[in-house]
Amino acid sequence: MQHVSPIREPLVTGGKTYHDITEDVSRQVEAKPNIRWAIALAVALFFLGIFIYSVYRTLWYGIGEWGLNKTVGWAWDITNFVWWVGIGHAGTLISAILLLFRQKWRSSINRAAEAMTIFAVICAAMFPVLHMGRPWLAYWVLPLPNTFGSLWVNFNSPLLWDVFAISTYFTVSLVFWYLGLVPDFATIRDRATGPIARRAYALLSLGWKGSAKHWSRYETVSLILAGVSTPLVLSVHTIVSMDFATAVIPGWHTTIFPPYFVAGAIFSGFAMVLTLMIITRDVFRLKDYITLEHIESMNKVIILTGSIVGVAYITEFFIAWYSGVEYEQYAFINRATGPYWWAYWSMMTCNVITPQLFWIRKIRRSIVATFIITIFVNIGMWFERFVIIVTSLHRDYLPSSWVMFSPSKIDVGIYVGTLGLFFTLFLLFAKYFPVINMFEVKTILKSSSGVPHSLEPEKSMHATTPVTHHNKHHD
Amino acid sequence: MTNKKFILGVFEDEEVLLHAIENIRCAGTKIYEVFSPFPVHGIDDVLGIKRSRLPIAAFLYGCGGLAFALWMQIYMMGFDWPMIIGGKPHIALPSFIPVSFELTVFCTAHGMVITFLIVCGLYPRMKVPVLDVRSTDDKFVMAIEVKDGVTDINKVNDLLRSNGAIEVNQKEVEE
Repeated sequence: MQHVSPIREPLVTGGKTYHDITEDVSRQVEAKPNIRWAIALAVALFFLGIFIYSVYRTLWYGIGEWGLNKTVGWAWDITNFVWWVGIGHAGTLISAILLLFRQKWRSSINRAAEAMTIFAVICAAMFPVLHMGRPWLAYWVLPLPNTFGSLWVNFNSPLLWDVFAISTYFTVSLVFWYLGLVPDFATIRDRATGPIARRAYALLSLGWKGSAKHWSRYETVSLILAGVSTPLVLSVHTIVSMDFATAVIPGWHTTIFPPYFVAGAIFSGFAMVLTLMIITRDVFRLKDYITLEHIESMNKVIILTGSIVGVAYITEFFIAWYSGVEYEQYAFINRATGPYWWAYWSMMTCNVITPQLFWIRKIRRSIVATFIITIFVNIGMWFERFVIIVTSLHRDYLPSSWVMFSPSKIDVGIYVGTLGLFFTLFLLFAKYFPVINMFEVKTILKSSSGVPHSLEPEKSMHATTPVTHHNKHHD
Repeated sequence: MTNKKFILGVFEDEEVLLHAIENIRCAGTKIYEVFSPFPVHGIDDVLGIKRSRLPIAAFLYGCGGLAFALWMQIYMMGFDWPMIIGGKPHIALPSFIPVSFELTVFCTAHGMVITFLIVCGLYPRMKVPVLDVRSTDDKFVMAIEVKDGVTDINKVNDLLRSNGAIEVNQKEVEE
């Protein structure tokens, strides 16, 4: 039976049936790679090459290959780290928080958004690991007694909290994402014609058969996973912000960092989801599943989080002035008018002004405008992290050590290299995995597709009539 | 190796399926399993599936994770190698909150998922005896086991058809 809502816009357009959904989504996986995809992958692999070269230089010659100096000991590495972790947040937000809030529009975008989370966290993790200089000793951050005896890691340090937060976040997101993929892998397995595809998807689908009991347990598991992931998302960026907030550097020692960083993370994450989704829906012809309604909903989240971020910038400034701490006041005036003014004003323009354009319905529903604005937001959020880190470090309490930071080629190489890594992984995902969560879209099809389902109401009414009769007879 | 025989009723619509399950169970026929391409709302009640106890398991895993995290931090920082860091007490509980929280979530999520995979018998394998491949695409399949000499095949066929099955098939599976 089809339910047509008079007030809600349909989430699936084009009069799809269950089978159409399977066809439309599996088509990308089953067809030969198209040329546009191959070109995109070649470009991504080129940047991945730059990444590998930069990492090789960093490991062979040491961290001296980066532009860091004795004052600015954290620059692009931690900027990129926080930026990438932030981007990751939208995926878990869509899959967990929106699931708890029963937001149906999450269904066709959650798969790709979660994939984005996983890949963004992989990119993020590269930076602290490489910053160690000797990544093969990375296990030292785990609570293991070190080689000198039974000395343990320091549980009072936010950097150690990060280790736990990021690894929990990564593994839980990965499991959540994979669990959602299992039923769709089973669909592709049952349609596969080639022997390799059949075997590969048979292994990946873990023998899923879709029995009622399994579905029932599956729903319980995903609800609890969503329940524990929701505070997890908030905790991860809160802890990342504590890396700064627990320091006494002017410009870092700020109590609003946790909520402000979380809002910023969701802001940049949604921008990245939109950037990717706008391309994906076009290249893979999925406009019936990722509709203007989806884009508008995400734009609304961007207005909200963008405004929170804007208020946070102003609050920081106000508190610096109101606290009467001269170092704090100087740090903020220096941000806006000092040698890094261009970074500060790029951040303000991209993050405070551009998202406000989404108040206008026409812009909110325009694909081109959304695409441009989301790129701006991503750039702005990168500058936000850069401003917080570099402008606060380059001039602190001791004027004799004031310096400027300029990135080396390797710094730039690692950053654009992680973009290559990210897009390589995303493109492979988009080709070999179902980008849209087929079974979840099928569950919302009847309530949210707008147009009558292939099965006419008369037919189903007819089929149910003897049933009720039968029932009464037996009662 | 014993072969199991099934009668498969194929349905096109989940609401028809729900009524059919109700009626067939009322008629005293045991349903072996129902396969669907997505979770059907309300199927648990009509099939008589009990509420899963996974939430209880998840809660226990969470408690275990929390206890382990607190024990680990208190033991390492307070007893095994006590050091004064930033003038904080050895057992500085507020600093232990983030790690305790993360380990609680870690153990809850992974413990529960591993339990889920075990109880559902999901593991990587090559051969999957799917009764009707359309059940992972767009059809809802009800399987009724045929026991030789007990099951009246014609009766079951009629029952399925009269309840809205668009197709009734038989299939043998090696178990």
